[in-house]
Amino acid sequence: MVPTPYYVALSALLLTIGAMGVLTRRSAIMVFLSVELMLNAANLAIVAYARQWSATGVEQALSGQAAVFIILAIAAAEVAVGLGILVAIFRNRVSTDVDELSEVRS
Amino acid sequence: MTSVVQWAALAPLLALVGSLINAFFGRSLKEPAPGVIASLMVAGGFVLSVLAFIGLQGMHGGVQVTLWRYFTAGTLHVDAGFMIDRLSVTMMLIITGVGLLIHIYSIGYMHGDDGNSRYFSQLNLFVAAMLVLVMASSFPLMFIGWEGVGVCSYLLIGFWYRDRVNPDAGRKAFIVNRVGDVGFLLAMFLTFKTFGTLNIASVNAAAPGMLYGSGVLTLIGLLYLLGATGKSAQLPLQVWLPDAMAGPTPVSALIHAATMVTAGVYLIARIGAVYAMAPGAAGTVAWVGALTAFIAAFAAFAQTDIKKILAYSTISQVGYMIAAVGAGAYWVGIFHVLTHAFFKALLFLSAGSVIHALGGEQDIRKMGGLGRRMKITGNTALIATLAISGVPFLAGFFSKDAILSGTFTSGLLAGNGADALYIILLVTAGMTAAYMFRWYYGIFGGQSRVDAHAAEHVHESPPVMTWPLGILAFGSIAVGYLGLPEFAFPNLIQRWLEPATAKVDFNTLTSGTDWLLIGLSVAVVAIGLAVGWWVYHVRKGAPVAAIKDSNLAGASRGALGFDALYRILFVASGEGISGGIATLDRDVVDRGLAAGGGGGAGLVGKLATLVQSGFARAYAFAMLLGVLTLVLVAALTGVLK
Repeated sequence: MVPTPYYVALSALLLTIGAMGVLTRRSAIMVFLSVELMLNAANLAIVAYARQWSATGVEQALSGQAAVFIILAIAAAEVAVGLGILVAIFRNRVSTDVDELSEVRS
Repeated sequence: MTSVVQWAALAPLLALVGSLINAFFGRSLKEPAPGVIASLMVAGGFVLSVLAFIGLQGMHGGVQVTLWRYFTAGTLHVDAGFMIDRLSVTMMLIITGVGLLIHIYSIGYMHGDDGNSRYFSQLNLFVAAMLVLVMASSFPLMFIGWEGVGVCSYLLIGFWYRDRVNPDAGRKAFIVNRVGDVGFLLAMFLTFKTFGTLNIASVNAAAPGMLYGSGVLTLIGLLYLLGATGKSAQLPLQVWLPDAMAGPTPVSALIHAATMVTAGVYLIARIGAVYAMAPGAAGTVAWVGALTAFIAAFAAFAQTDIKKILAYSTISQVGYMIAAVGAGAYWVGIFHVLTHAFFKALLFLSAGSVIHALGGEQDIRKMGGLGRRMKITGNTALIATLAISGVPFLAGFFSKDAILSGTFTSGLLAGNGADALYIILLVTAGMTAAYMFRWYYGIFGGQSRVDAHAAEHVHESPPVMTWPLGILAFGSIAVGYLGLPEFAFPNLIQRWLEPATAKVDFNTLTSGTDWLLIGLSVAVVAIGLAVGWWVYHVRKGAPVAAIKDSNLAGASRGALGFDALYRILFVASGEGISGGIATLDRDVVDRGLAAGGGGGAGLVGKLATLVQSGFARAYAFAMLLGVLTLVLVAALTGVLK
């Protein structure tokens, strides 16, 4: 069995890559994609710890697995809304550059 | 007979109704309707007072008329009620009688004035308030009248409000009066604490049972004295009366000579029982009166305004009355109120007649020789001048003489310098004769100094003005005979008033000493008149011109500098404080706190907008930093474990 720290290290790596993506990419699609990456990095960590807990025989360990399912479901819905907004923005501006989306600035 | 007396309680109501009629409908009435209505109301009050006077014959006590329960607070019950006894009826007769004559005179004097109905409304309101003052059965109700006359005085001094000086003079009178009112209020509090009641008759009944000369009675007496000095223009609050001459002349005659300024005298006579038990307070009263009489007489010498001389003379004469009631000679004080009401009202109305004839001129240096052109005014003014000077067989002689012998023989003043008081008042009597001679001679005698233009218009006043002069002149002679010296003749007014006032012991003198005192006062008056004759007629005013620029003349002109002193002490310090507060407000509150606070908030807002750059990635970076910080803190402090 792959030890838990490996999963956590991978999760941290994914999270960092996602964060860097959010900060550096200007296309809203890529930012969105990076956000999904960070979300799933967190999911990975949760599932890894849940597995470790269930190996020790703690009954509530399955709640970690369940939480991930809920997160995945909500993430799917959120993606639908987010992509919808992106399409709407693109239709208006023919661009999805987040740096140009600054109309509400004072 | 009681019922007849009770009807007198309607007198203030009548005057109040007259005031309201003129206030609400006066402007649509044609002259002389407002004046006639006002006069009729006062005449009604006079009739009621006369009926009450007749009804009180043979009754030693008074009649209490309780109208309704005014208010209750704990054990304090105050009734809105009137006490109609010999003392208050005497004052009512003066107020409505002299008031009626002055109302009638005003019809002529205020003819053609824009504010005709306003004038009569306020004059009637004054009469109502003054009647409430003298008739009140309790101190709070008396205080209502006390304040009411103050308000009317303020309104009427500033009657011609378009000229800035007049309302200012009204304000000064009101503010100075307020200082005295504080004394009256404190005295009321202390009276209730000591006696447990504010009913005047109850206080008078309880006072003789108190400890003679006790501290609390003395304090009550001194506090009421402070109230009296405000209303009666005595030291140290006398400064408002000369300025009060800014009002129409009949107002000066009624309010600032005949009635309102005697309120302090009446107050002290009313609660004479308290003063009779507090020799310290009574002595202070007498000294305040005597010093005021002297200082005001001194100040009267260098004045040049026809009315200001009379104003100082009023202060001086009220000083005599205060000295009399301080000596415990309560009937004497009221007797002088009575005689003074006649001759001082007459002096003012004569002055008004002169001012009327000269088209508003008030400087006696521009008068002179008017007696030949205005026979009636000149002759009545002469009678009044002689009466106030104390020439024998005129009213002022009898009352002034009674005051002099009262202070000399008072048992209440024993040990408080009764002899010194007597000498001060005697000297003042001589000064009175001299400065009143100057007043009369400057206006009516000698050469005319009237402007050629004004001289053409000099005329005797209409009958509506000269008739009151004649009646007052008659009174200035006749009322004195009510108070002939008791040792030789029946003294009607003393026998009339003594049951209504507190008992004070007086030393009895041999009739030889009595005659000596009278001879002394006659001699002093003769000297005063002779000096006036010599200075102004024989030497044509040369001695006056010689000392014109001396310190003495300056001190007299400035009335010993009380005004200047108060300006420095109170006005300047008040201005300093208000100036300081204004600076504080402008520089610290406005510029510092308000402007600084606003600017600071604006600056914070500006800084905050920098954060809102509009770059989504910058926000994301900030969030990341925040999360990292939280995680770091959590890891280092171990919160998560």
